[in-house]
Amino acid sequence: MRAFVEGVGLLGPGLAGWEESRPVLAGRLPYRPAPAPLPPSPLLPPAERRRSVPTVKLAMAVGAEAMAQADRDPAGVATVFTSSSGDPDTLHQILETLASEDRGISPTRFHNSVHNAPAGYWSIATRSHAPSTSLSSHDESFQAGLLEAMAEVAAEGWTVGLIAYDLPYPEPLHAVRPIAAPFGMALVLTPEPTGRSFARLDIALSDSGEPPSRMADDALEALRAGNPTARALPLLAALARVSAGGAGETVVLDLPPGGRLLVTVGAP
Amino acid sequence: MSIVSSLGAGQDATLDALRNGRGGLTPCRFETATLDTHIGEVAGVGDIRLPAGLEGYDCRNNRLAELALRQDGFEAAVAAARARHGAHRIGVFLGTSTSGIHSAELAYRERAPDSGALPAAFRFATTHSTGSLGAFVRRRLGLAGPAFVVSSACATSSKVFANAARMISAGLCDAAVVGGADSLCLTTLYGFHSLELVSPAPCAPFDLHRGGVSLGEGAGFALLERPGPRPPPGTVHLLGTGESSDAHHMSTPHPEGLGARLAMERALAAAGLRPGDIDYVNLHGTATPHGDAAEDRAIITLFGTRTPVSSTKGYTGHTLGAAGIVEAVISVLGLRAGLAPGSPQTRDLDPALRSRYLQANESGRMDRVMTNSFGFGGSNSSLIFGWAA
Repeated sequence: MRAFVEGVGLLGPGLAGWEESRPVLAGRLPYRPAPAPLPPSPLLPPAERRRSVPTVKLAMAVGAEAMAQADRDPAGVATVFTSSSGDPDTLHQILETLASEDRGISPTRFHNSVHNAPAGYWSIATRSHAPSTSLSSHDESFQAGLLEAMAEVAAEGWTVGLIAYDLPYPEPLHAVRPIAAPFGMALVLTPEPTGRSFARLDIALSDSGEPPSRMADDALEALRAGNPTARALPLLAALARVSAGGAGETVVLDLPPGGRLLVTVGAP
Repeated sequence: MSIVSSLGAGQDATLDALRNGRGGLTPCRFETATLDTHIGEVAGVGDIRLPAGLEGYDCRNNRLAELALRQDGFEAAVAAARARHGAHRIGVFLGTSTSGIHSAELAYRERAPDSGALPAAFRFATTHSTGSLGAFVRRRLGLAGPAFVVSSACATSSKVFANAARMISAGLCDAAVVGGADSLCLTTLYGFHSLELVSPAPCAPFDLHRGGVSLGEGAGFALLERPGPRPPPGTVHLLGTGESSDAHHMSTPHPEGLGARLAMERALAAAGLRPGDIDYVNLHGTATPHGDAAEDRAIITLFGTRTPVSSTKGYTGHTLGAAGIVEAVISVLGLRAGLAPGSPQTRDLDPALRSRYLQANESGRMDRVMTNSFGFGGSNSSLIFGWAA
């Protein structure tokens, strides 16, 4: 399956946006982890902005960055959202309420708890009636989202925004499901090259068991291993190198059990 | 395909209930819930044991999935497909909204008084996690193709048909297991209650006095395959899928049913059909005042007032993330049996709603049926099933 990349969004510790992070990912500047702020999206109407939770803020931020770079009106772009989890804080608060005497859940909290809450807010903010799907596949949630986004491009001929995000849980959930730090990324993928395409992706499934790609920098490798969405880091690093004129390269992503997703990144 | 709901386990029990007008809603006695409402609870879920080696996945949601996998010869059909295509050429695309969250609800009650830690027996990844259902079913059926869980609220196990069709069309697999499971839990019971969307009496879609949803649980699966050159007579085809977003509100549908209409229009366009080609529409029809009105608008705009429509949620309750597959299977059962189901509690049709809503069963040959599923976040999905063109 083939698609062309028009835009990238990125937000994680020490990775405040795609443009700023490219030299770090390409290995030309050192990586310096620092907490990434999560501002509410200016695209949202005031009521939704007030109600938005961290997953919504993260997803909106990376999605908006990728769309702006692609110079696309998001209203016409199909979306694939993917995350290993719904909003971690919301989940914790609901579980805590249900374990108490008074089980009165707040209605806003309940609607924010659905896995597709970021997709709902996105559609409201961008006035998009385009198809949208929200996926989850535990540690391979990013890979699942990439596969679905590529299949939408290949089988439907749609322009697709892939928006992936994962945030840490508060305790006591953190102890049973540790996630290192907030990390989100987005890609705008098209079926044909456009004037804004800066890379081409060719994707294939494999069961030949190649070792998954890792990050050379220890801290980035810890981030990759510590957040399901950060499994995208080797692909982002390849995009950073190729978009800076580097040769094409193939990234190997894990697709348990035993499978691999081979992503060849080249010039458009 | 296989199905489990409060109507019973399997296609025969489901069809028998529809033919005889026997609904599955009973007063809520679920776990420790103290809510004045009726629910569609599946009998015997507590007694289901997962197969040896898969005990780590044990939770209400995966038990419900296991019960559905045992129905209607589904396991054998998948085994035959596995022999034809190979395990790695069969994908698994399933939907759930709350997965095994009831396990986490119980674990939170047993947090350590001093540290607040969850009990050691709680298994997050294999029970609570949204991806748990996909991992369990994939292992249970011995499949190794691409797999993920779709969680787009109450449209989710309808949308998986579109995901699977794309994966097959893109050549990533030759066949796919689709469907899903959503089980009763306190989160949805108290959550829908907080939104004041729950009816005390068994739900009555399109009724003048409809007072909201009755929640339910269910599971079901279907095996999709790329059509061969000469499909055997009686083969049911997925003729079209349509997906859309409302862009309106997180928990209230667009008042004119805009997203609903777009999903139906896109399914018709994908199938190359006109509205008049559809013999019956199984509605989302949750029995909320706004939701039914919005869907009625969309139906009237697209189909006019002659196409028979009904919601079967008066039978099963709203099975949330399982509604898509439960109602897809009901629609295909209706297609095969020539039965357009009525609506058990719907006595006084709301005169403001103008669709040709079926209160009683209608019999006769049908060639193409549509089924609608809409969810929170304004997520909409329509499917069209029919005989080969």
